[in-house]
Amino acid sequence: MKPIGKHSLLGASGEISDFQEILRYLNELILYDNMWDDGNSLGPKEVHNYLTRVMYNRRNKFNPLWNSLVLGGVKNGNKYLGTVSMIGVTFEDNHVATRFGNHLARPILRQEWHENLSFEDGVKLLEKCMRVLLYRDRSAVNKLQIAKITEEGVTIHQPYSLKTYWEISTFENPAQGAIGSW
Amino acid sequence: MENCRSCVAIAGADYCVIAADTRMSTGYNILTRDYSKICKLADKCVMASSGFQADVRALQKQLAARHLIYQHQHNKQMSCPAMAQLLSNTLYYKRFFPYYSFNVLGGLDNEGKGCVFTYDAVGSYEKVGYSSQGSGSTLIMPFLDNQLKSPSPLLLPAQDAVTPLVEAEAIDLVKTVFASASERDIYTGDKLELVIINAAGIRREYMELRKD
Repeated sequence: MKPIGKHSLLGASGEISDFQEILRYLNELILYDNMWDDGNSLGPKEVHNYLTRVMYNRRNKFNPLWNSLVLGGVKNGNKYLGTVSMIGVTFEDNHVATRFGNHLARPILRQEWHENLSFEDGVKLLEKCMRVLLYRDRSAVNKLQIAKITEEGVTIHQPYSLKTYWEISTFENPAQGAIGSW
Repeated sequence: MENCRSCVAIAGADYCVIAADTRMSTGYNILTRDYSKICKLADKCVMASSGFQADVRALQKQLAARHLIYQHQHNKQMSCPAMAQLLSNTLYYKRFFPYYSFNVLGGLDNEGKGCVFTYDAVGSYEKVGYSSQGSGSTLIMPFLDNQLKSPSPLLLPAQDAVTPLVEAEAIDLVKTVFASASERDIYTGDKLELVIINAAGIRREYMELRKD
């Protein structure tokens, strides 16, 4: 996850080297934006649009950036959350996810997200989703990082791990019913 | 890779109704329940598209930019038939790497009569009285054929295809048609967005559909 400009936060999954290249493009974009020195700054909508165009055009050249991007931000009191896939499919919603999160986390979020979620409740909800993913997604590790973006700016917290429970009876002596098999 | 799935348009004597559901899906997943497939291209011209969302978005931006240029050059809005030709040309321009986008264009022509144009992905188009595109169209089109009984385009003298229905009846028909399509088509549902263009202007209506 990386802050982009003053108003946005970008998270990516997929090919990290392609994500680093996207960060290089965005650095240049923000640099030129700052060089205008006109009091205006690119908000999350603008950055999201730029990313969509980049991802779509790379897809059209049959050389995609292999990432699923999540872009969130706040500008002038308006919050924004959008996502772009590697083929340029894009949308905004109140909650987004990449890869397995779409299957496991989105349904939980659809049930439990509501307009007046406080930050603490939001973190609890996300931890609930991440715990499910930790149990069920083989490519997940128990180290996660929360980032918060508000009108004031971006705070990216330190990584931490979730408490998990593995003392289910089937996990004790797992080979019990399978002598001789793997 | 189809994301957006159903859209419909019906033309009347002095109005045009364009409707699409708001579900965006990929494969068997729903990406979002609240995505608008309807794009206002000009004052009296609205396009609804189904197909690959990234191509649809690129097409909408392309047409909006061309419309802006037209306005600068001609100091007036593009009429619906003009926009129809532009859309056809834009699609055919990418004949050998197409926009995967199935469109219906609806609006009022220069005399204020409703017109609907239906397209395939490479720009073949036709002025019709009503049309639907997307996965829901297999369910919706036969129903519209039955209710709106369009005269054959082969008749001489050419008969007008616009429906004699009143605006309220056409809106009701569209709502019924989508409610039915949502029952059987897995890709259609969530919410219906209707755009109604008449002499008074453009207005939007929404209706809830099945969420499964």
